[in-house]
Amino acid sequence: MNLIEVKNCYKVYNNGVTAIADLNLAIARGEFVFVIGASGSGKSTLIKMLYREEKPTNGKVFVGGINVAKLRNSKVFKLRRKLGIVFQDFKLLPKLTVYENVAFALEAIGLHSKEIRPKVIKALENVGLKDKMRSFPNQLSGGEQQRVCIARSIVNEPKLLICDEPTGNLDPDISREIVSILDKINKEFGTTIIMATHDRDIVNKMKKRVILLENGVLASDEKKGSYVVHESH
Amino acid sequence: MKAIRILIRGIRDAFKSVIRNFSLSTAAITCSSITLVLVAVAMIISYNVKNITSELEQELTIVVYMKETGTEEHIEEMKKNLDTMKESGNVADYKYKSKDEWKLEMKTYSDTFNTALEFLETNPLLDSFMVTVKDVSHLKETTEEIRKYESVSSADYGEGMAENLVIAFDVIEKVTIIIVLALVLVTAFLIGNTIKLTIFSRKNEIEIMRLVGASNISIRLPFLFEGLFLGILGSIIPILVTIYGYVLLYDHFNGYLFTQIIQLAEPFNFILYVSGLLLIIGAIIGMLGSYRAVRKYLKI
Repeated sequence: MNLIEVKNCYKVYNNGVTAIADLNLAIARGEFVFVIGASGSGKSTLIKMLYREEKPTNGKVFVGGINVAKLRNSKVFKLRRKLGIVFQDFKLLPKLTVYENVAFALEAIGLHSKEIRPKVIKALENVGLKDKMRSFPNQLSGGEQQRVCIARSIVNEPKLLICDEPTGNLDPDISREIVSILDKINKEFGTTIIMATHDRDIVNKMKKRVILLENGVLASDEKKGSYVVHESH
Repeated sequence: MKAIRILIRGIRDAFKSVIRNFSLSTAAITCSSITLVLVAVAMIISYNVKNITSELEQELTIVVYMKETGTEEHIEEMKKNLDTMKESGNVADYKYKSKDEWKLEMKTYSDTFNTALEFLETNPLLDSFMVTVKDVSHLKETTEEIRKYESVSSADYGEGMAENLVIAFDVIEKVTIIIVLALVLVTAFLIGNTIKLTIFSRKNEIEIMRLVGASNISIRLPFLFEGLFLGILGSIIPILVTIYGYVLLYDHFNGYLFTQIIQLAEPFNFILYVSGLLLIIGAIIGMLGSYRAVRKYLKI
């Protein structure tokens, strides 16, 4: 069964820019998918629609059976609890320790501290940061900060992990390390992973499904694809 | 259980935020204290004016004199008329005073009256009624209605002065109520602004809360509690000022302001009532102010 289904989806911003045009997509449970494309191709818009930061102008976007196009603002939290989001800029709280940053995601949804502790420790173990749980973000390297962000996004054991250019701010070695952690999460827990990226090496090396967007239109969708982007400008 | 945890977390975060943003909180508390003191003063004035007006209004009576030629029957008829007006008209109550009673009363005033009245063979005074009304604003109409009866010689009230006083007090009361409402709005605005600034300082935190799936209520709650705390803290000084200030004022003037006519309202339980109202106003406008800010700036 498909975890994500995008049907005849359009997204036109208020300024008249069409970011997505007649997009049709289906992503099954447990898949690892790269979304590639030049700047302005609609990658970020697609990613943002999946966690309902943006609403499609037309068409349907189903995530785990929820049509995000019809999801009201007040119900968005129900969707977000089912997925994890990893950002390029990590979005960590500087005044909280690594442990507190990860625990924050569970506290925010009202879990008891007794339930929180084992989940946080397990998530930190999965990204190899258990020994740094008392550190503050500014005491960590960029790669470590991104691992904290991943730990926070998987602590709630989501079925879907959405990564918006997670290696955009990292050097190639660290980027490979981050992607191998994501790959491990995908294989061990069966978490579906969608990753928007510009990183040619990683896409070519991983041999995963690659979705290419060009000017908001699906240009190609290959099972074991490689990074081929026709820069439009 | 989950709801209770979210509630406790909301209260805890609100406390933290009030302390963490100490200078901002102090500014909001000071501003709301000042405006609430003004609200308290306006409330005290408004209540006292109302008190004075209602006392004055109770004093207002229509004095009705019957014609000299009037008989017992006329008086009985007038009593019946006034009874009807009491049931369906503006008459609150009336007292009958016969000319003989007047004579007896006047005799006690002075010896001159006594001698003069003794000298006369007949009683020159008139039978009368003292009529009080339900609604003072219709005093004139009621008087005119009474004048229409044939057996009535004259019906009068303190025309002019009584009306002007009532109008003046009415205006003062309305103005103070408008001032109270305006000040309440100002306080709500000030607290709302402070909350807006704390929302900005916690923007990242809120964004992450939204992204990890915190419900709207659990994001809003800390800010609503923060507004509540700021409102309550802001009402403490005005409450103390009201209690001590009013008691001092009352004692200093012995319960009267300028003349014996303007009597101040008794301090207890009046000031407790005002204090309670200040606390409630502080709490509610604190919450409302922050609710408005949260709605506008959280976009949730």
